[in-house]
Amino acid sequence: MATFTLPKNSTISKGKHFPAPAGATKVRSFKIYRWDPDSGENPRTDTYDIDLDQCGPMVLDALIKIKNEVDSTLTFRRSCREGICGSCSMNIDGLNTLACLKPIEDVKAEVRIHPLPHMPVVKDLVPDLSQVYAQLRSVEPWLKADTPPPPDGERLQSKEERAKLDGLWECILCFCCSTACPSYWWNGDRYLGPAVLLQAYRWIADSRDEHTGERLDALEDPFKLYRCHTIMNCTRTCPKGLNPAQAIGDIKKMLAERVV
Amino acid sequence: MANPAGEAARPTILRTPLGRVRGSGSAKSGTHHWWMQRVTSIALLPLTIWFIVALATSAGMTHAEAVAWIGHPFNAVLLLALIGLTFHHAAAGLQVVLEDYAKPEWVKITSVLAVKAVCTLLALAAALAVIRLAV
Repeated sequence: MATFTLPKNSTISKGKHFPAPAGATKVRSFKIYRWDPDSGENPRTDTYDIDLDQCGPMVLDALIKIKNEVDSTLTFRRSCREGICGSCSMNIDGLNTLACLKPIEDVKAEVRIHPLPHMPVVKDLVPDLSQVYAQLRSVEPWLKADTPPPPDGERLQSKEERAKLDGLWECILCFCCSTACPSYWWNGDRYLGPAVLLQAYRWIADSRDEHTGERLDALEDPFKLYRCHTIMNCTRTCPKGLNPAQAIGDIKKMLAERVV
Repeated sequence: MANPAGEAARPTILRTPLGRVRGSGSAKSGTHHWWMQRVTSIALLPLTIWFIVALATSAGMTHAEAVAWIGHPFNAVLLLALIGLTFHHAAAGLQVVLEDYAKPEWVKITSVLAVKAVCTLLALAAALAVIRLAV
């Protein structure tokens, strides 16, 4: 059965407390999940009190400030700091989102930060994403066409055909949605998850692609696709405001239409 | 590992993530199951409303009147449809729940088969009860 409690070596203990410097004017606590595979210790929650008057507005600004000025051992992924690279996805205040797009002011009390749920943890806030990357690769997210492109230009697409890709191409593969999905938690080894299914649909919906049928064949599976029960956590959590549940619904609709 | 997947100690797996994810490929099925869940639920909407209204308005019937009501061809046909669709829908829904949560594989397969057996037997018993009064 699905497990609802943490194994002994994963239970989280109370960690260290780093108080704000004297004279701090606007203090906010950040409770951050810490785990170091080399220490052999259980995970713990460290508390960092940060002066928001000396810190940028976003949660990522606070994380960078902590790493630079308070505790250099804190480990997390970040790159673009403007919501386009998808590196800093993590669970903030109970919701998966991008630390760079999440204003600290949106969190009412202390800011609780955990790695993306139900993924193996590499260290601190860094999850091991090799499975989701392999799943993405398995849907072959590239244009497949047997007709060669016109010798004098690109493959053409009407404005209407191109419009079908809106809401799909914007996905930055942060995997906030897949790791927010209970179906993906319980059956992630076989269910592809919302992020990968949205990517699969991005190529199914592309008018230039000529392998639509094979793509649908590859998804028609009780586990790869039909573990989606329209729970909608994916759409609720997407930091880019996309709707993976809609994309999955469209895949199911196309599969039904070709048999009914 | 922070992953409380609950599986027993895993053997060493050196197969690549892509190989594991591709696994045995797609089952090329599932659409019919999904579609029938929708079809049965839509068909059950009017049937269930009819059944509840019929039950509510039959309060105070004598035994003979109730037997005659069930035996009426119109009522008997709708009752048989209600029985078939209800147990089909229940079995399909429970199968999905078991596929979600039941592990390991042998528990999943045996529990899905058991649900289908129980639902089939209950449907046959209920149908027989109606047919005996109707025929």
